[in-house]
Amino acid sequence: MSNIKKFLYVNRKAPYGTIYALESLEVVLIGAAFEQDVALAFLDDGVYQLAKGQDTTDVGMKNFSPTYKALGDYDVNKIYVEQESLDARGLTLDDLLPLTYEDEDDDWAEKDSIKVVSAAELAEIMDQSDVILSF
Amino acid sequence: MSQLHTVNKSPLDRNALESAIKHASKGNAVLMIEDGVYGAMKGTQKSGVVSDAMGDISFYVLGPDLKARGIDEGRIIDGIKVVDYSGFVALVAEHEATQSWL
Amino acid sequence: MKFSVMISEGPYTHQASDTAYNFTKAALESGHEIFRVFFYHDGVNNGTRLATPPQDDRNVVNRWSELAAAHDLDLVLCVAAAQRRGIADADEAKRNGKDADNIAPGFRISGLGQLIEAGIQSDRLVTFGD
Repeated sequence: MSNIKKFLYVNRKAPYGTIYALESLEVVLIGAAFEQDVALAFLDDGVYQLAKGQDTTDVGMKNFSPTYKALGDYDVNKIYVEQESLDARGLTLDDLLPLTYEDEDDDWAEKDSIKVVSAAELAEIMDQSDVILSF
Repeated sequence: MSQLHTVNKSPLDRNALESAIKHASKGNAVLMIEDGVYGAMKGTQKSGVVSDAMGDISFYVLGPDLKARGIDEGRIIDGIKVVDYSGFVALVAEHEATQSWL
Repeated sequence: MKFSVMISEGPYTHQASDTAYNFTKAALESGHEIFRVFFYHDGVNNGTRLATPPQDDRNVVNRWSELAAAHDLDLVLCVAAAQRRGIADADEAKRNGKDADNIAPGFRISGLGQLIEAGIQSDRLVTFGD
């Protein structure tokens, strides 16, 4: 009996100051094997997790931002980033990692995984989710 | 799909309550627990955040957490329903999914 | 209904484990089934048997062990989170070359897949955290 549920991983915290960003990514990667309908939401300070140019050399912590780039290979390609959260933080899509995936239904064409959505659109996405994991 | 949103931090400490309300669809419910129960109090700088949303969203507050913090039920915003842990369980059962705003 | 619970913080420092415990008890009293209680992030610290909290307050670890025994609950500590934070059972201790284990009764260590499975198999999943 396979029931496919809509899983939404909600990220609202900045990276490095706490472990939630890293450990939530670990759940996403393991979860990818379960063939559910997966989406990630980045809002509030969570949008900082996707910022380009992270260099952790001097803080002595692992830079795990390259792992976001692997999400496409795990069939995780619905990455919603909230517009209002970017605006409030003076960020644009250009400040974020270019996350992509290869669409097997479109001759493996490379496409953007990040979809910038409004709070209202994100609310709707949340409302339609079956299982919401918050970190 | 009606969802339940739980908030466990005070609105003067974190933005979780405001963010939850901003992302709750019409007909959803918000339950304030732990330090989130301070968001249920009248006369705070953030009370308007709850009262303004009252028409679209149902608000609940966990009674045991109010009591623990010495908050008299008379001091909470009109329209917020006080529930105990079994009420919390009932809310989770009644709503399709529960989202925790941490 | 089948409920699962996720606990993301350790005992005492946050109220998460307390609220989760009270919620879980109330769910059982209301006749619901608890599919799994999954401990992640610092939540794995709820599973150490070496805690000696003051006698005049609740014993967070023991009461989880007791609730698990009374209701045959599945309390799972995430292996990756447990390794990071030094919570181990005998097998983990041996595997990782440690000279001791510290897991409390009623808890078991397993992978994140158990959390995903809980989300899939349960009717409701509630998270208690910071």
